[in-house]
Amino acid sequence: MSTSTSTIHDIGYRHYDGPRLGAGYLVRSLYVHNLRAAWGLGRPARAKIMPFLLAAAVVAPAAMDVGAALITKRSELLWPYAGYAFNVQVILAIFVASQAPVLASRELRFHVVPLYFSRPIAPLPFVLAKFAAMATAVLAMTGVPVLVLYVGGLIAKMPHPGTELLHFLAALVGCVLYALVLAAIGTGVAALTPRRGFGVTAVIAVFLLTSAIVTLVQNIAEAQTNFAAAKAMGFFAPFNLVDIVQVRLLGAEPTASDVPSGVGGGLLALVLCALVVAGGLLVLHRRFRKAGLS
Amino acid sequence: MNSTIAMITYRAMLGRRRALLLFVLPLLLLVLAAVLRVTGNADLDTTTNVLAVAVSTLLPLLALIAGTGVIGPEIDDGQIMYVLTKPISRTSVLVTKLAVAFSLVVAFAVVPGLLAGLIMSGTTAGVAPAFGAALLVGAAAYTPIFTALAVASRNAVTIGLLYALVWETLFSGLAPGAGAVSVQQWSLAVADALTSAHQVDSTVSLGAAIPLLLVAAVGGTFLGAARLRTLTIAGAE
Repeated sequence: MSTSTSTIHDIGYRHYDGPRLGAGYLVRSLYVHNLRAAWGLGRPARAKIMPFLLAAAVVAPAAMDVGAALITKRSELLWPYAGYAFNVQVILAIFVASQAPVLASRELRFHVVPLYFSRPIAPLPFVLAKFAAMATAVLAMTGVPVLVLYVGGLIAKMPHPGTELLHFLAALVGCVLYALVLAAIGTGVAALTPRRGFGVTAVIAVFLLTSAIVTLVQNIAEAQTNFAAAKAMGFFAPFNLVDIVQVRLLGAEPTASDVPSGVGGGLLALVLCALVVAGGLLVLHRRFRKAGLS
Repeated sequence: MNSTIAMITYRAMLGRRRALLLFVLPLLLLVLAAVLRVTGNADLDTTTNVLAVAVSTLLPLLALIAGTGVIGPEIDDGQIMYVLTKPISRTSVLVTKLAVAFSLVVAFAVVPGLLAGLIMSGTTAGVAPAFGAALLVGAAAYTPIFTALAVASRNAVTIGLLYALVWETLFSGLAPGAGAVSVQQWSLAVADALTSAHQVDSTVSLGAAIPLLLVAAVGGTFLGAARLRTLTIAGAE
């Protein structure tokens, strides 16, 4: 059949010749949809309980610190801005573990991915929108407590507002980096299994076991006064990795016990962070592209 | 107990990619133990530290994977209906699945934990067998709790994580009173009683731990069975 003779019969329906919203609109809609899904918005109440409970748990220490400082008129806060995420890493890890499967594996489980790709969107922008939504959700978890600390400090009229502002801005950069790394690990690992429960445990296992083993080996290395080995172990746990970047490149006080020395250590950690993010995106892209073909 | 249900459950747990998680976690522990032994770092302090991590991290994680995995996904996607509509009592369905979960935890957490202890310090001061016993009683308490949780809630895995990581690990460190309601501390009490090593310590006494472990195991089983008996399958999540 040649194309010149074939025609599409015009049977009189009205044509659409209004404005087309385009690819940007598609990606933006997916981003908003996924961000809402990460917090359980637009879903039944039982999907909202966990994310908001964990959000309350992550803000509570900062709020209590600010409250106590206001009442007792202390001139400094107990929690440092940059070390906050590292100190509450268990709660952040549980948040990422419980919400990443919602974004990364629910559509795979119900085989609805081809429906998305029947629209003019390629797998890469689709996956980037998903990742950006998860990273934004995690950024809210890491950034809001730091913001509470900073605003609380302003209200309590802490001394040295200039240095406080600098520390706060540096910590915000750290929060963004935490959000990117955690979201990449969470969505990348969760996308490997379509079952939600297994996804949750797989993600938490990655966070928990890396930090447990790193701490264990660091303790042993320290006991033998092998401090170089103890410091190098910091590269093997995600939270330590971002902490290294914060300490060595953003001038924060160390929170993890052993931090590799020098700007070189910080740059290496930053490269590793970038690799983690790229790896997570690669897994996500592969899974969704394949699921879109079936 | 029903052998067909047990077989289906084993196949669901060990088939395909998700079994990877079950194999990788204990393998990490064994590799760590072997490396410590080979590099000559496996003294009694290190052994107790590593085994304490096995009790506080590996055991709850695996009990969570196995305990919720045997029934949670089936309830999630409604397949459990095909089992529940057969003329088999729901109590026996739950007990079968529980037995499968327990056997998996024993195979993937208790036995590797015992082996890791033996690799690192042999039977010195009875540390390895003591922790083996602690892991075993811990498995017997954790598994029914998490299985009952999986029948009761769709957020079972997250609730279990909050209990095992936030309550048992964070709060027990801050407030010793929280340790009284902690499977981890009850298990450590058993290890404490069985070894002469002073590094092992628990916030609860053995006399309190044993009845509490029994209550957790039996209570979890009964609650899970009671919940499954009245379970109705809702629509989509």
